Amino acid sequence: MHPFIRIQNIQKKYGKLLAVDDVSLDLERGELFSLLGPSGCGKTTLLRILAGFETPTEGSVEIDGQDMAHVDPADRPVNIMFQNYALFPHMSVSRNIAYGLKRASFSANEIDVRVEELLNLVHLSGMEERKPSTLSGGQRQRVALARALARRPKLLLLDEPLAALDKKLRSETQFELVNIQEQLGTTFIVVTHDQEEAMTLSTRIGVMNDGRLVQLGTPNEIYEKPETRFVADFVGEISFLEATVKERTGDFWVLAAAVPIHVICEEDLIFGQKVNLAIRPEKLTLTSEPTGHLNEFPVEIDDWAFYGAGTQYRLIGPGDIKLKVYQSHNHPSQTHPKRLEKGYVHFLPDALIILEG
Amino acid sequence: MQSFLQKFGRLLVIWLPVGWLSIFFILPLFEMVNVSMSEARRAVPPYNPALQIGKEGISFKPVIDNYLLIYEYWEDYLWPAVNSIRLAFFSTLYCLLFAYPMALWIARSRKTLQHILLVLVLMPFWTSSLLRMYALIGLLNPNGVINDFLISAGFIVAPIQMMQTDFSIYSGMILTYLPLMILPLYASLVRLDDSVLEAAADLGAKQWDIFRTIILPLSMPGVIAGCLLVFIPAVGEFVIPALLGGPEQLMLGKVIWTEFFRNRDWPVAAAIAIILIVIIILPIVYARYQDKEGIT
Repeated sequence: MHPFIRIQNIQKKYGKLLAVDDVSLDLERGELFSLLGPSGCGKTTLLRILAGFETPTEGSVEIDGQDMAHVDPADRPVNIMFQNYALFPHMSVSRNIAYGLKRASFSANEIDVRVEELLNLVHLSGMEERKPSTLSGGQRQRVALARALARRPKLLLLDEPLAALDKKLRSETQFELVNIQEQLGTTFIVVTHDQEEAMTLSTRIGVMNDGRLVQLGTPNEIYEKPETRFVADFVGEISFLEATVKERTGDFWVLAAAVPIHVICEEDLIFGQKVNLAIRPEKLTLTSEPTGHLNEFPVEIDDWAFYGAGTQYRLIGPGDIKLKVYQSHNHPSQTHPKRLEKGYVHFLPDALIILEG
Repeated sequence: MQSFLQKFGRLLVIWLPVGWLSIFFILPLFEMVNVSMSEARRAVPPYNPALQIGKEGISFKPVIDNYLLIYEYWEDYLWPAVNSIRLAFFSTLYCLLFAYPMALWIARSRKTLQHILLVLVLMPFWTSSLLRMYALIGLLNPNGVINDFLISAGFIVAPIQMMQTDFSIYSGMILTYLPLMILPLYASLVRLDDSVLEAAADLGAKQWDIFRTIILPLSMPGVIAGCLLVFIPAVGEFVIPALLGGPEQLMLGKVIWTEFFRNRDWPVAAAIAIILIVIIILPIVYARYQDKEGIT
């Protein structure tokens, strides 16, 4: 079957600068897709190409089987929610929302009905006559969302939709955004540099770096099985270590680092091969006494930070390996090793991520 | 000590301009009202002040004869007033029509180009206004540069009458007042957020629609400011029409000049000036009112 949105070999050059480098991507109808990457990675340029504000140097965009090459932004079945919301400051909330409908020559009656529907959808009923300048950040964000949804676009682009909101409001809005997306079934592409935002919102994530799409997968895949050091480092907290493949005993590969490490993995490893390993902080368990588990070694606690729900430690292991450990406070009586004390960590043989290259 | 200096400094910052304005703006204005309500006489000064402060104390004997005189001979003043207002109105309109596209173009250009273009806009101010008018006469005269060129190129046989027409007057007015319109328009247009315009395009608005529904309403403060900056001095303008226009173009400013210098009737001249001020203030009050009611 033909994919709903097909982005093929998109390239965008500004002079010699390659902003987007050969990105291909297929999206299904109703997906909530995130483009995740650091600033300057080309994600916003890609978004602007989809909206029609930029023309790609090479490549094509197809939406619902229709090639977008010569379609004006005004005529695309695509709407965008801008990072700063870009509300029309001289228009009331309802006129902002109705703007796109008026351009599409709906009758006054239809416009009224739809504006009311949208106001209900984003919980802004009663705010019809307010000017954007009198609204809070969260309310403005919802006006921008309603305005972008008004024409029932086939694809909605959201540029850092939550960046301007404070933390508390952000998590509420996250759920609301997902709810609205599921309710309407519109295909969403969210551009963000915030990995947490991408994780919680999306069904799939594309990680971008230096104009390239470096990994594509579900939030779970991106987090648990990052393919490159960049993705592993960019998404969430992680510690890196290096080791050499030494031998195979039963189900385990034994890797030689400062201490022997037992690993279970699907990939076939080559004896003598150097491998880059990574491990998430929550996969490590820190104890004050040795427990006799596999993959256990003594560590020194260099620093720690209290997070409320847990504590993150910075540890120094044998051979000066630096490790981050996250210990959840799920046992009220749990005692925590203090700064500069010694302890032991262990991890399960399948907790390690083996990175490419 | 510090707080005294701070307090004193603050007072100085506020009261120095207030004092300056009182002495050089408010006081002369009062004096003009005073003169306009005084009796004319053949003496120095050529009027008997209505408000007299002397050894006998303060006496105030205003007369409204000067205003009555203007009322009585209203036909003599009506046409100059109409001429002045018409000149100011059309000068403002033409300036707006010329300035808006220019201001929009400057505001939408690259930052470095913007600075160059703004300097070019202000460049005419570096030469005297009078000099520029004579340059314009040199261009528009029957034996001026334009006619000479057209005749020698064979486009026309006899020179075109360009001087002493509305064309020459408004050329002069636009030449003089255009920067005053461009600058406030530019200031309001340059603040337009690109993403707001893109949002409009994204929501289906075509070029003209974006201009009509977004750019124009958001630049209204600049339009109002520019119109006031051009209209106010244009109402009192009489040098440009005198130089470039025909003798039939009698302006209110010229009438005041004549009353003051020719007839030495200071009270009547002052009374006309006061009426002119009222004419000028009315559109400002209206504009301020519009500003508060409408877009903010």
